[in-house]
Amino acid sequence: MRFDYDTSYADAQRLLRHWPGRIAYAALAALLLAGPLVLPKFFIGEAAATFIACIMALGLMVLTGFTGQVSLGHAAFVAIGAYAEIGLLDAGLPFPLALPVAGAIAGLAGLLIGLPAIRVSGLYLAMVTLAFALVVEQAVGRWKSVTGGYDGAQVPDARLFGANIGGLVPFYYVCLAVLVLALLALINLTRGYVGRAFVGIRDSEAAAHALGIWVSGYKVLAFGISAAITGLGGALLAHQVQYVTPDVFSLNLSMQLVLMVVVGGLGSLRGAVLGAVLIGLLPTAISRLKALLPAVAAAQFGLETFIFGLVLAGFVLFEPSGLNGRWIKLRSFFEAFPLYRRRTFVRGKAYASSERHR
Amino acid sequence: MSLLQLDGVSLRVGGLTAVREVSVAVPQGEIFAIIGPNGAGKTSLFNIITRVFAPSAGRVLVAGQDITAVPRHHVVRHGIARTFQNIELFDAATVLQNLLLGRHRFPHGGFTAQFAWTPAVRRAEIASRAAVERTIDRLELSAYRNAPVGGLPYGVRKVVELGRALATEPRLLLLDEPASGLNPEETRDLAFWIEDIRAELGITVVMVEHDMSLVSAVADRVMCMSMGEVLATGTAAEVQADPAVIAAYLGT
Repeated sequence: MRFDYDTSYADAQRLLRHWPGRIAYAALAALLLAGPLVLPKFFIGEAAATFIACIMALGLMVLTGFTGQVSLGHAAFVAIGAYAEIGLLDAGLPFPLALPVAGAIAGLAGLLIGLPAIRVSGLYLAMVTLAFALVVEQAVGRWKSVTGGYDGAQVPDARLFGANIGGLVPFYYVCLAVLVLALLALINLTRGYVGRAFVGIRDSEAAAHALGIWVSGYKVLAFGISAAITGLGGALLAHQVQYVTPDVFSLNLSMQLVLMVVVGGLGSLRGAVLGAVLIGLLPTAISRLKALLPAVAAAQFGLETFIFGLVLAGFVLFEPSGLNGRWIKLRSFFEAFPLYRRRTFVRGKAYASSERHR
Repeated sequence: MSLLQLDGVSLRVGGLTAVREVSVAVPQGEIFAIIGPNGAGKTSLFNIITRVFAPSAGRVLVAGQDITAVPRHHVVRHGIARTFQNIELFDAATVLQNLLLGRHRFPHGGFTAQFAWTPAVRRAEIASRAAVERTIDRLELSAYRNAPVGGLPYGVRKVVELGRALATEPRLLLLDEPASGLNPEETRDLAFWIEDIRAELGITVVMVEHDMSLVSAVADRVMCMSMGEVLATGTAAEVQADPAVIAAYLGT
């Protein structure tokens, strides 16, 4: 077992407090930085796509994992981020400026949809966001003058100081850098008062009100921040696919994002990243697996959807705390080795509060 | 001037009058208890003071300021903190995080600075932590500091909720059945804490409580309600001897 002996309150704020963690993250950083030098081309592209998925999942995690507001329509913010990026680049904005502005535009859209959406919660909120996603999907399909409609729109090259950074290897590093920055910003946000307020609203609105948290304000704020981060991912996605059509932002993408945060473990940023990596790489893994399957099974239509469903059902049944929960258990298994007890993570009797006044 | 003053407060919900023209003044530094049978309107009165419900008539004054129409999340700025009858904690968070949420109304170094965790944010967080640790020491919660609240025993959860209310540095503390579900030992601890809170922090306490041993031990004055109306106000002994109170509890 490891105990933290803090000698000042500043100690408790440090992010990487222990050498094993520091070494592990340094190794991970080295691996990610050296990746493009050794990986085959296909996997460099896959890795960049995974980083983008991580960014989008992080955005949804703020909303669903921290404030407990379900969104089945986050593909809409991906779309807004992507088309904003195209529009801004077409208007002549340089790439380093267009990217954050595209995120901000998506965030603004999030604030706007958040204003009506916070009046409902639970299933009804899911329906509202779903409807919003359908509206956006139709709108980008028909608003030809802006989005190019179903014919699609060409994404201008991403240029940094005159050099094209849309190539496979430079773009890998761009995605990695944006992911790291987004992750750090969200880590800071969630460990401060805003993150605590988000969690407070999720766990008890009545208490949140009484402590001076402006519940509806923070709910809208969560929508805005969530949409901004997801939109940032959308802007990068536009560069990744290079030619954007409305079917990129279908309901399927929204569902995949929900799958990522649920499988990763709600309420944890690490979960969003782990979930995005698993779900993002699953299609590739499935297609590789197909080669090993008998021809009858491999040719079946809907094999991919079936496996996605299987993964979700498996996690909901056997590991509701997601990959992050599994990670924490694994870590404490090694920290406490050989004294780990499975009962450690069996939660005691929970005292449910009844008669909530919202 | 009294710290809390209710002027003819009524609450009608449909055809039911939950609270009927309650007027009461609680001076600074008093421990004031509200007793009464179930459904008497005690918790409704708390919910009116903390703006969960808007009263149908009457005014709520805190230190002379009318708070009848302030937004619900501004109530804490007037120095009012409360606990809930059925514990309302943030179950997934630790004891420390629950108490830190009590510091929400204090400066925290700016919103945009949060993303970058600037020195100003760091200082504000350390100040919050230091303030919260004082409450942890006072209520002897240090053993549970980093434990998630959801798994703690009932008695400890009650104390955490009291601590969270104290972390807001209130002038007026509203305790809704603080001793319900506590064993006699825990109830005795609570009685000492309530007296300490008044004596050392100068906080006025208004509590709804059924446990008459606690009420008699700590309350300066007791108000008995029934069916939304005030039956009697006075010392614990006076109220207990009042014929209307006895009738309300035992029937006529």
